[in-house]
Amino acid sequence: MAERAYSSTELMICVAARLMEDGTGAFIGTGIPMLAAALAKRLYAPNLVPIFEFGGIGASLEDLPLGVGDIRTFHKALMAAGICDVMETATRGLIEYGFLGGAQIDPYGNLNSTVIGDHDRPKVRLPGSGGANDVGSLCWRTIAIMKHDKRRFVEKVDFLTTPGYLDGPGARERAGLPAGTGPYRVVSDLALLGYDDKTKRMKLLAVNPGVTVEQVVENTGFELIIPKKVGQNEPPTREELAALREEIDPHRLYI
Amino acid sequence: MEVLEEGRGELIQPPDVEGFRRWLRENKSMALKDKLMSEHEAVERFVHDGDYIGFELYGTVRCPMSISREIVRQGKKRLRLAGQGLNELDLLIAAGLVEKLDLTYIGYEVYGLSDILRRAAEGGKVKIVEWSNAAMAWRFKAAALGVPFIPVRSMLGTDTFRYSAAKAARCPFTGLKLTLLPALILDVGIIHVHRADRYGNCQIDGISGFAIEMARASKRLIISAEEIIPTEEIRRYPERTVIPYFLVDAVVHAPFGSHPGDMAYMYDRDAEHLKEFLEAAKTEEGTRAYLKKYVYDIKDHQEYLQLIGEERLAELGRKVKGR
Repeated sequence: MAERAYSSTELMICVAARLMEDGTGAFIGTGIPMLAAALAKRLYAPNLVPIFEFGGIGASLEDLPLGVGDIRTFHKALMAAGICDVMETATRGLIEYGFLGGAQIDPYGNLNSTVIGDHDRPKVRLPGSGGANDVGSLCWRTIAIMKHDKRRFVEKVDFLTTPGYLDGPGARERAGLPAGTGPYRVVSDLALLGYDDKTKRMKLLAVNPGVTVEQVVENTGFELIIPKKVGQNEPPTREELAALREEIDPHRLYI
Repeated sequence: MEVLEEGRGELIQPPDVEGFRRWLRENKSMALKDKLMSEHEAVERFVHDGDYIGFELYGTVRCPMSISREIVRQGKKRLRLAGQGLNELDLLIAAGLVEKLDLTYIGYEVYGLSDILRRAAEGGKVKIVEWSNAAMAWRFKAAALGVPFIPVRSMLGTDTFRYSAAKAARCPFTGLKLTLLPALILDVGIIHVHRADRYGNCQIDGISGFAIEMARASKRLIISAEEIIPTEEIRRYPERTVIPYFLVDAVVHAPFGSHPGDMAYMYDRDAEHLKEFLEAAKTEEGTRAYLKKYVYDIKDHQEYLQLIGEERLAELGRKVKGR
């Protein structure tokens, strides 16, 4: 990859920020989703309503939260509620987007953030679901943000923490999850991905600057749907980088 | 109601709502009684070996750390915990006091994974049953409602469900498949608040997390508060009372009680101390040294605050974000 003036994390944040839709509510998880939401609010979606699972609704995001219950998740917010109220609002269908991370993702967008290996004697114990399962169950559209390699993009997740399309079309509804919900996009450090309407399997939408389709395929541990036309993500703009580096994460906690 | 699926996880604390009613009638009182006491007395009187304990809140936010350190100091054993917190749980796990966990999340968010939980889980030392965050809060809500379960739409179709103790059933009204969450009745609930009076009327600033539900799901309830205020203040703003006195068994005055965590509008988290802790937590030896320095060799919360130092605490107060 050629020398470039931005990091892959910065690019992921920008691609995710450009997906955020003005005037909608979005669950924001810890880390990159927070930076993306802060960037989106500054540049693209001033009326985005960031929602944090422990009760913060509509925070200004002037300062970057370091966790989902952090005071910055309800700084100058419209409401400081509690987790039940927020999750019940999602159950009623009022929250459009959910931004999530995970250690593993499979072709149907199922996410693992619980264990690598066997549950009772795991090779690696990860933090657990947190609110991810709820967000992935209840929001209309979920967007996963992940580093892209074969250990993370796997045929089968070691533990299905958060529901994607489970094992294919109709599976969410059969499991009892709210109709019409599910994974929408995956933002990785190599590409932007979506899902095939018919099979509900992951498909490539656009590659990042300097990344080839072959590289994406090589770094994916399952068969990816490659459409005839693959788009190209724009690199971070000067404006995006300035906002990220000078205003959003000046202490470089993430970027 | 037709049960369609069952999680294979152990139901660590069965939802005995009849027992809960009887217990509350026998042990709680609407009389205004002075409950102000030290951490030592609160833990000695209200926390017992084998108890099922819940802490509120999450991450490093509004954590009842002074109570947690006191439980470690008194070495209460064979504890079962609602694992929705963080540093307070880690201390108890590190001290080898925890047998079973209903777990949603233990990680230090921006600072990474919890090595203490990792060692305990990977070594099979602690039995873990999985839940989502909302599921745990709704389990408290069910207990608060006084019913044995609550139907919700989370967790379906996942391993989170399969490794939980939830059940899935067909809704008798609509035919929808729903998750039934068992009510979670705590032996002891422990909550840190901004202000309380001597009787236990509590005020919280900012997000309420799951304090409201958990307080109502607890047989015994220990409150620690940054500030003890006169009851006249409570009576002037009764709408601000989120936990009423008659649910509360002990009120502990604990300024900087969430340290090294934060407290909305009062003080920021102590990032340096958290880094010191996480560094120590990387090895068992380091963890033991941390516990010795900050818990076992310390008499009480006042001495802990002296060890952290006035200057550092004042700085955390200056660093916190205002309104």
